[in-house]
Parts: sequence; structure tokens; C-alpha cells
Amino acid sequence: MVTIQNYVRVKNLEEAYTLNQKKGSMILGGMLWTKMQDRTIQTAIDLCELGLDRIDENADAFFIGAMVSLREIELHEGLYAYTQGAVRDALKDIVGVQFRNLATVGGSIWGRFGFSDVLTMFLAMDTYVELFQGGIIPLQEFAEKKPDRDVLVRLIVKKTPGVYAYASVRNQRTDFPVLACAAANVSGTYRISVGARPGKAICITDEEGFLTDGITEERAKQFAKWVETKIPTAGNHRGSAAYRTRLTGALCYRLTKKIGEEQA
Amino acid sequence: MDIKIKVNGTLICESVSPDLLLLDFLRKHGCYSVKRGCETANCGLCTVLLDGTPVLSCSVLCARADGHEVYTLEGLQEEASGFVGFIADQGADQCGFCNPGFVMNTIALLRENPDPSDDEIRAYLAGNLCRCSGYEGQLRGIRNYLDYINRKKQGKE
Repeated sequence: MVTIQNYVRVKNLEEAYTLNQKKGSMILGGMLWTKMQDRTIQTAIDLCELGLDRIDENADAFFIGAMVSLREIELHEGLYAYTQGAVRDALKDIVGVQFRNLATVGGSIWGRFGFSDVLTMFLAMDTYVELFQGGIIPLQEFAEKKPDRDVLVRLIVKKTPGVYAYASVRNQRTDFPVLACAAANVSGTYRISVGARPGKAICITDEEGFLTDGITEERAKQFAKWVETKIPTAGNHRGSAAYRTRLTGALCYRLTKKIGEEQA
Repeated sequence: MDIKIKVNGTLICESVSPDLLLLDFLRKHGCYSVKRGCETANCGLCTVLLDGTPVLSCSVLCARADGHEVYTLEGLQEEASGFVGFIADQGADQCGFCNPGFVMNTIALLRENPDPSDDEIRAYLAGNLCRCSGYEGQLRGIRNYLDYINRKKQGKE
């Protein structure tokens, strides 16, 4: 059970950053995982009054505040249109509507959770993370970093022309994914992001140029086979490493084909 | 810390501990429809409307709800009365423990989408677990209610 000694609704990011430098402090996301922990939080820092619960967009990018709920992202028409529905596909099976109304994108991304559909999806996109001290860095670099005491302010998704697709395998609709997979063609570069391996999502690009001359049945199969060899998997009670590797190939093939159809 | 929360239209001002959960606060104030279930944010038993949005009160700090408005089933009985009879007609209430959560989320669903398809109902209520019924009864009950409303609109009831 989590114990909280002080709760502070900060007035600005500077205050949040300063308070967060103490080891006993913690920035609150949706509270969904935090409340299940057995720990004492000396100062719980709430960003709820900083206006970070909005999705803004201009001609070049979407700016998704750290406190935006997963449900708001799921229902956002601009992200839906830009990703051809892939973002909605990635989020719609996360527990339930009530859960997604609470879970924040900041909490999901900061946690770098292995099971995260959110991290898997955004890694396949041209996504950056804005940190209060660390500035703007690519999401991939952020995902590889060890957690520190910075403040995640927002996600920036550049509207780089792209085609996206998402799929996951779950033992039951609202369960954690056994494997999650996002595929994209971002400005001519094919990317595959695989999460729930069960480790945190990793993203690779088509370095070998399997799809450079377009997507055909044969090329999609070759690409999927190659991805299988590049994505490390492990076993847990949801599935074995071998099963996950087979799923990686199967999902990668299906999503590559879907992207091909979308591009046709 | 001092908080002010409007619960079912009544403003409550109180001094609470920073880690008090909204679920415990609501039950303390007589809202027994709000049930403690899984405590892992999975079952939907503790669903309430926070500023009109369905959330899991087991995962909301009371401190975070400060300055906001909360509705539980106690405050929405009239709105619920339209369709709960249809659910009961299907025997879908059974032990009844999950019912308030189902009803609260159905209210949210119908406010957001007054004429949902069966798949939309299933998707919206996926976060409400029931260990008695298998979900088909709830679905039939809501479907029968919606069909009744649609017939009524067409002047056939």
C-alpha cells in the first residue's frame, strides 16, 4: 500500500522539478500503478494545474501534454486521421474506459513499462519527449535512458508523412498484451516497434532495404523473418520466448501488408 | 489537508490525509454503491463520474478530486431508472455486487453515445467485470432498453 505524506499541486514546472530532486518525491501520473506499490512517498507532486492535459497541434506536430489521458488520445480526431486509426487501435484494449480516463500519457511513457502499448505505438512514430531539464530528445533515446529526476512535460509527434498500423495479441481483450507491434512507413523509412517482448518496446528500421522497392507478398515475408531474428524475446506466464518470436514475425508480416494496402 | 468536493450535488469540506482514496471518502460519506473490488484498477466496481467522466475511484486521490464534482449511483438513480429494469429482466444482476459499477458506466456510455451498437456497448463496458453472468445478460438488457427507446421515438410504444 502506498503512503503519501505530502501532496502538492505545483504552480509551475520549476517547482515540480525542484521538489522532485528529493529521493522521496514522486510525480503523479494516473496513480494506477503507483497506488499498488508498497512504498512511502514523502511528496506527491501533481502537475494537474499546469495545463498539460491538452493536445495541441499545428501544421508540423501534435503536442501531447504529460497529463493527457489515454482516452483523450484514443478519441483525438487529428491523431486518428494522421495514423489511419493506428493510435486508437493501440489504446482501445487497455483495461477499460474508466482506466484510460485516468491513465496519463506522461505516466505511461515515463514508466517505460514492458507491457506498454503506448510506448510501442509512439516509438514507431516520429516522436520526441520534452523534458524540463533535458530538453527535447527522441523518444527512442528517452526509452533507453535510465529514469532520472527530470520532469516529462509533453510528447511531440511530428507530422512527418507516414503510414501506420498496430496490432497486439492478448489472451483476453483487456489483458496485458502477449506481444504488441506497431509498423510504420515514416517518410520512406519502414519501422517496426515491438513491445511486451515482455521487455520494453524496441524499434528497428528496415536497414537491409527489404521493402525499399515496395511491399510485395514475398518481401513482406522476408522482412518479417528478418525482424524475428532482430527482436529479442523472453518467456513469462503469458507466453514463451519462442511463441513471442513467432508472433513477432506474424504481426510484422500482417502489419507490413496492411501498410502496403494503405499505400496502394 | 483541507479539500472541497461536491458529491451528488452536496459540497463536502473536510480535512483528509493526502493518501486517502476517493473510494474510501465516498463510502465514508454514505455512498455504499461504490464498491471495493480488485484494488488493481481492473474490475470497474468503484466507477464514479468525476466531472462527468467515468473513473475508478480506487485510483483517484481524494486530494486530486479537490475542487471537482463527483456523482455516484446514489445521485443518479433517476437517470439509471430508465434502463436498470431491463437489465434486471434479463437476470443479469445476479449477486448484484458489480451492478453499481455497470450502471454508472452505462450512464456514461449513453451520455456519450445515446444509440450504441452491440460492439460499442461491449467495448465501453469492457472495464466492468462480472463473475456471475457472462455479460450477455447485461448486453441483452441494454439492447432491449435501446430498442424500446427507439420504438418510443418512432411512436410505436
